[in-house]
Amino acid sequence: MLYRLRLSIRYDFARPTGAGRQLLRISPADLPGMQEVQQASITVTPPPAERSGFIDFFGNEVTQLVLPAGLTQIRFDMAGRVLRLPGESELDLSAPLDRLEQDLDDITDLGPHSPHHFLRASPRVALLAEIADFARAACGSASTVREAVECLGIALHSHMRFDARATEVDTPIAQAFAGRRGVCQDFTQIMISGLRNLGIPAAYVSGFLRTVPPPGKPRLEGADAMHAWVRAWTGAEAGWTEYDPTNTCFVAANHVTIGYGRDYGDVAPVTGSMRLAGSQSGSHSVDIVAED
Amino acid sequence: MSRTASYRPLPGVPDEMVAPDGKVRPLWRRMVAHLDALSEDGLSHNLSRADRYLLDSGVFYRQYGGGESVERPWPLSHLPVLLADDEWKEIGLALRQRADLLEAVMADLYGPNELVASGRLPAALVAGNPEWLRPMVGVRPRNGHFLHFLAFELGRGPDGEWWVLADRTQAPSGAGYALENRVATTRAFSELYADENVNRLAGFFRDFRDALQAQAGDKDSRIAILSPGPMNETYFEHAYIARYLGFALLEGDDLCVANNRLMVRTVQGMRPVDVLWRRLDGHYADPLELNPASRIGTPGMVAALRAGSVTMVNSLGSGVLETRALMAFLPQLAPELVRAPLAMPNIATWWCGNPAAREAVRASPRRMVLADALTTRLPFDPKDDPTRAVGLPADVLDRRLAQGGGNLVAQEAVTLSTTPALVDGKLVPRPMALRVYLARTADGWAVMPGGFARIGTGADVSAIAMQEGGAAADVWVVSKASVPAITMARQAGVADKRLVPGGLPARAADNLFWLGRYAERAEGIVRLMRAYHTRLAESDKAGAQLLAGFDPLFRQIGIDAREPIPQRLLDNLSAAIRSASSVRDRFSPDAWSALHDIDRTARALAPKVAPGDDAARTLSALLRKLAGISGLVHENMYRFIDWRFLTIGRLHERAMGTAALLAVLCDPGAPEGALELAIEVGDSVLTHRRRFSFSVSRATVIDLLGLDPLNPRALRHQIDGLREQVDMLPAANDQGALSPLAREVLRLHAKLATTDPDTLTTETLWQVRGRIAMLSDLLTTSYFH
Repeated sequence: MLYRLRLSIRYDFARPTGAGRQLLRISPADLPGMQEVQQASITVTPPPAERSGFIDFFGNEVTQLVLPAGLTQIRFDMAGRVLRLPGESELDLSAPLDRLEQDLDDITDLGPHSPHHFLRASPRVALLAEIADFARAACGSASTVREAVECLGIALHSHMRFDARATEVDTPIAQAFAGRRGVCQDFTQIMISGLRNLGIPAAYVSGFLRTVPPPGKPRLEGADAMHAWVRAWTGAEAGWTEYDPTNTCFVAANHVTIGYGRDYGDVAPVTGSMRLAGSQSGSHSVDIVAED
Repeated sequence: MSRTASYRPLPGVPDEMVAPDGKVRPLWRRMVAHLDALSEDGLSHNLSRADRYLLDSGVFYRQYGGGESVERPWPLSHLPVLLADDEWKEIGLALRQRADLLEAVMADLYGPNELVASGRLPAALVAGNPEWLRPMVGVRPRNGHFLHFLAFELGRGPDGEWWVLADRTQAPSGAGYALENRVATTRAFSELYADENVNRLAGFFRDFRDALQAQAGDKDSRIAILSPGPMNETYFEHAYIARYLGFALLEGDDLCVANNRLMVRTVQGMRPVDVLWRRLDGHYADPLELNPASRIGTPGMVAALRAGSVTMVNSLGSGVLETRALMAFLPQLAPELVRAPLAMPNIATWWCGNPAAREAVRASPRRMVLADALTTRLPFDPKDDPTRAVGLPADVLDRRLAQGGGNLVAQEAVTLSTTPALVDGKLVPRPMALRVYLARTADGWAVMPGGFARIGTGADVSAIAMQEGGAAADVWVVSKASVPAITMARQAGVADKRLVPGGLPARAADNLFWLGRYAERAEGIVRLMRAYHTRLAESDKAGAQLLAGFDPLFRQIGIDAREPIPQRLLDNLSAAIRSASSVRDRFSPDAWSALHDIDRTARALAPKVAPGDDAARTLSALLRKLAGISGLVHENMYRFIDWRFLTIGRLHERAMGTAALLAVLCDPGAPEGALELAIEVGDSVLTHRRRFSFSVSRATVIDLLGLDPLNPRALRHQIDGLREQVDMLPAANDQGALSPLAREVLRLHAKLATTDPDTLTTETLWQVRGRIAMLSDLLTTSYFH
């Protein structure tokens, strides 16, 4: 599937800003065998004082900006064309749950895709006891890791309601879980906490979801904004599997990946520090069109 | 019985002073003779010299607890620990090897990660470790070395051999306190110190300073110490070392990154920083790429390091080497990474993720200290680790190991040696741990010949009993032959890189300005209150009317006349101390002590003083102390730009105060006696008499306190001073083109120079005061941002 992507993020400031530094993680990732970036560009308006880029620890492309002082508005626009290859087979090659620990012990790699990075608590994903209990109850009948992923995803989806107004970007997962409402970020981080509590390495994926559904299919939740889902390590043989708890499905050609991290903090689209005197407001829009 | 003859070591515990046969070790004989020769009074007199020194130089550390933090005096244990230099050489060799080992592990963890890949280190210890800073992986340090300044915590075991208790690689503290311990201890034992061949500490610091200076690039760049700020528990030391070595003391907010270079914001503009000795934990250094909650970091710091434009002491991420479970693996790694077994063992450590290790731990449960595998705390620091447990029953231990062995580390509960300490005038054995410092110099690792000994509070010699509340002692490394005296002067052959005196950080300038203002404001309040209470004491009917005349002034500065020592004054003193504490590297230690002294006195007296004569006398005493500070600052402070900002603050505040004083007391509607009061508060009684005899009029008072350029308390004099100082500020006068600030000061100057007592009306005085107030904003926008 060939997609045309457009992302626009805009901030308005009540009073002119001081100088600032920003990191953007908004470019689609080039993932051999999964997705191929044919073209991608980022425009910053007004132009930054400095602009450079680097690849972060998890392999994500980062645009580094120094913004001049005196801004009342800033816009980041990303336009790209991405070929998303069809998803993997649905065959369950994942490890039996009781063998996962052994599989993990055999991995002695600390590269960006090593499962070891995604086992412990991370800044935004606490390993909470209530989520652990929930995950154990949900996965009682699962025998393989992939089954556990799916069981937890389904259980979470019936526990939580999608509600764009219930949480903010910094709402702790404990609060979202207790309130049983949230957006894709909350669904994803709660599921990550559940999986890690079960000893299953789980990562956070940020990306896009196609906005216009294929003919006859319903529109997916969270399609107008940037999306997030879970990447779980299911054993030495099957490796990583991606699952979207907001839509209770394994990830396939409808999802386009930007990057991976331990939680939202590692792949936040805009990370910045700026001297602000007044209030700020932000908005963002996403548009993905299938080209075939 | 002599003082030392009653000293008894603890049974079965090695003692530094007394050998197992009960005889005093040769190394200590001179010390023993010295102690025995002193009378009770003589000894306590000598010890008080050390205490006096610590008090006078304001040595403190900050202690947290119960939701607040307080400055505590430094807990010196007066008796130094003596060690022979041949033993010290062995310790030094072993620790240099360990430093090399840690450097090699660090280079691997932030480089190829072969130790994990080959199974020699468990992946979980690294990947799950919050001290392993992923953004730093793959970033090579500019000069090739990750580690530059290390400390090791040592203890002497029952067999007399030394053990490493912990490695301090993040941002080791205490080296500055070691220097202060030395000075204080030599005050207490000056005669002995002169006779003993005690190795000097200065050479170590000098060589490290020279090594850092060699790292700095061009001559305009600088070396700085990065501190978390005055609320940090060891801030005193940061300021002390900065002063001692001549480095700038900066906080994260002083720095920014432009074109991938680290720059310091100064009142003269941006200046590059080449070498940063950080005293904050790595993850706080950059909120953008590390801990986003950090308010003490610098956005872009990691980018500057990635670009290789700055040397960091030690590299960000070095905290990972403090991970306790790592000590389980260092003995196996040594033969390969430094081609020899460890010359000094570390305490036996087991990472419980390993089945064989779990077996070993189960075998002797009572002797084990269990903790979070990734803890970086010292073994005797129980804070913040709910996992920590000592001597668990076998079944509990089994359960915990089964639940999550990989998250646990076990260490053998070791015991320490004792050293004599003076407790209530008596010599008693106390457990001791040693902190030894290593610094990377041009000739490799240098070992500080001395250090810092922790002295336990009780007789419990288990290492984990060494908790808070202990004391610190100096460590004397004693040679048989005489040792050379060493100064901080540069060694021959090392290029002399003069420290650029300019480059005052904007934040420091801001604090100096406000320090000047607060101190002057405090003085103004004291003068006013003294005048008030003097009149209150001799008050009659006419006096009561005059006392009411104070009200507008009191309202102006927010004083409640019922308080003889107003809260407002105490607030001002606190604010002055707060400003001064942020610039301790630039502020005279004497003035600092004096400021604290006034604050203490004022606070102690505030509830006791009675209005009237009692208050007037107390306020006079406070005024004398305040004048003492001004003297210390203005007589002794070098006329760097630091002094200029302090002075501008003082002049500015005095100008504002005098303008208000004249506007209120010289107003035609002011009560009888107000003019005399103005002269008194303006401290110009004698001058007025000499210039105008006894005839007091509005014109004479305005002339003397408003317009007389020769009267140091006159408004005109302050404005002249401001003009002189402001003109010398950076970019104030660019070949005749004046900055907005300089222009406004010039206008004010012209206004006062061309006015006379008749035209300087009450209304004009208020206007002038308003314009002076605006200068503060101009100064802030021009220099403090």
